[in-house]
Amino acid sequence: MGGVRKRIGTWGLATYFIIFLLFIYGPMIIMAVLSFQGRYGGITFPFRGPFQGSWWQSLVDANVPGSKADEISRSAVQSLKLSAAAGAVTSIMAFGLSMAFRRRFRGDGIAFYLIMLALMTPGFLVALGTQLFWKSISWPTAIWPTALGTNTIWGIPFGFLVMLAVWNRYDDHIEEASRDLGANQLTTFREVTLPLVWTGIFGCFLFGFTLTWNDYDRTALLLNGSEAVTLPIQIFAQTQFSAIRPDLYALGSATTGLSLLVILAALAIAMIRMKLAAKSGGPEKAAIRAEETGEVAGFKVGDAPTAAASGD
Amino acid sequence: MSEGITSTGGAAAAAPPTPNRSGLDLINLTKAFPGGTLAVDDVNLHVDHGEYVVLLGPSGCGKTTTLRMIGGHEFPTSGQILLDGQSLVELPPYKRPTTTVFQHFALFPHRSVVENVEFGLKMTGVSKEERRKKALETLQMVGLETLAERKPRQLSGGQQQRVALARVLVTNPKALLLDEPLGDLDRLLQLKMRVELRNLQRQLGLMFIHVTHNQEESLSMADRIVVMNDARIQQVDDPLTIATRPRNEHVARFMGDNNIIRGTVSEAQGSRLVITDANGVKVSVQAGNDDQRAVGAAANIAVRAAAVTVGGGAAGDINSIDTEIVFVEYLGDLVKLHLVAGGERFLAKVPGDQYPTLRGKEGDTVRICWKEEDVQLLAD
Repeated sequence: MGGVRKRIGTWGLATYFIIFLLFIYGPMIIMAVLSFQGRYGGITFPFRGPFQGSWWQSLVDANVPGSKADEISRSAVQSLKLSAAAGAVTSIMAFGLSMAFRRRFRGDGIAFYLIMLALMTPGFLVALGTQLFWKSISWPTAIWPTALGTNTIWGIPFGFLVMLAVWNRYDDHIEEASRDLGANQLTTFREVTLPLVWTGIFGCFLFGFTLTWNDYDRTALLLNGSEAVTLPIQIFAQTQFSAIRPDLYALGSATTGLSLLVILAALAIAMIRMKLAAKSGGPEKAAIRAEETGEVAGFKVGDAPTAAASGD
Repeated sequence: MSEGITSTGGAAAAAPPTPNRSGLDLINLTKAFPGGTLAVDDVNLHVDHGEYVVLLGPSGCGKTTTLRMIGGHEFPTSGQILLDGQSLVELPPYKRPTTTVFQHFALFPHRSVVENVEFGLKMTGVSKEERRKKALETLQMVGLETLAERKPRQLSGGQQQRVALARVLVTNPKALLLDEPLGDLDRLLQLKMRVELRNLQRQLGLMFIHVTHNQEESLSMADRIVVMNDARIQQVDDPLTIATRPRNEHVARFMGDNNIIRGTVSEAQGSRLVITDANGVKVSVQAGNDDQRAVGAAANIAVRAAAVTVGGGAAGDINSIDTEIVFVEYLGDLVKLHLVAGGERFLAKVPGDQYPTLRGKEGDTVRICWKEEDVQLLAD
């Protein structure tokens, strides 16, 4: 009986998991498939074929009739620049803020919730408020720097949480040991702190980058109309102001692909680092076991000339 | 070495600060944390070069804070820290001639073993070849020269401990501060490291100040033990005195396996006092010259469980009680008898070979007694 019940449980959970995956990845996969729709097909199923890459070609080739290749490439460059900038500012700000929270201070609870507030405020309202604010002091809004600002504010709490997790696992005694051994604050920061937390800072950058890369809400209301828009806004414009063509699917697949690529690259770097570290010598089980059983040479003080005690 | 040891004999007897005295002096050292909690309260202590001193006490007693103040990782609220007559208080940790072995070793995880060891030399501007050479020599001293290129996490706990030691020894400190250095090791390794660490200290002739909550560890390693409780020093003495002559009830209880009897002085014949407790148990003790008490005064005493003899003595006699065995605990070399008389608990430790005769005797009544010279009159 128990076996049957266990099997039902296993299969039930497996089914549940597959449905879960379908909901997450199904739309993306459908879009990717339809982006290869042939000339007889429309923007929905059935897939009529032939299987061809003409919509992908129209993404980059302005000579294809109806192509928006120029706008797309301009907005892609704009998006890349804005995302990289937002990532950089987010990582610096989130790192700095998190440093303050390594110790308790008066009002730290309120400060924490103020930082987290940016995570919960609806993006569209943030953009609206930002627009009103700058208008009221007669300052024109634009992608640079206004949208950069709203996107950075959005990224900071994510980066901040990443850094809090990093500090949580960090042993403060390591910095004390460094100061103890003669390193001043600045040297300790450079030689010990930074090398140990830079992966977290890079995580902040990735958060800032991908959030901005995908953002619509916080950017749309702050355009000045003359500069290149970001990719999500370009896509939205194409769905609104012209007939939907499968090249949009190609564009969507491409941007999703880029996001995935960034994440995979980060993972790959982490894995390579781990591999390299392992290569430099795994723990020799025998050595450890020898010590546990007490078969290890004791201190050999006599041989060492460092054994100079204070002479007085 | 023992000539150099100055036993202050307790918290109250503060050694007057002598300027330019060799060794480490803590003078009226006090640390209050925000909110007013006193972590360290008016601590006075002198430690000589070459001396192994253990700060012993329960967690929160101020021993680690004291150590951290010496190392420069906490700043005293008031008081003075002198090393060879020079004040350390104003100096940041990186300018102090002290180094610390931290509780969980605090090795730099991103640096190899040899890079960890040469870090201190790098900070003082020693050239690359020179510091590599010295680091390898020190690693050889702790028996780890073959693992120089490893990362700390690729080492066992005991090996990490050795790296932590090598890392501080290479900088030639005047005093080595050790914060629960054996706490992260399993028991067998702990026992082995006690001996090795003590031998290392003897051969280097360095001042070691070691913080622990482990009584046995302090007894086995120290030249002198400083017992702390509630932010204050309770007793400073050599291990034998700490174990056999606890100064007050706190020390007697913390060192463990002491029978404490609280009563009043019923007879006083010169320096010999007879103390009677609420159940009529009578104990005689030789009071010290500085601790004479009149008849009727409160007096508490301690008798070590190991000084208690089972059997012998006469009923109603001084230094003898009839007790009921509550539990017979076999500890290998020893048998610990848990006893009750008049609602008070008593302990007796007898040799392990008596276990067969004592086994299963719970509920029986035995008479226990002890010698007058094994009774310790407790202060306060």
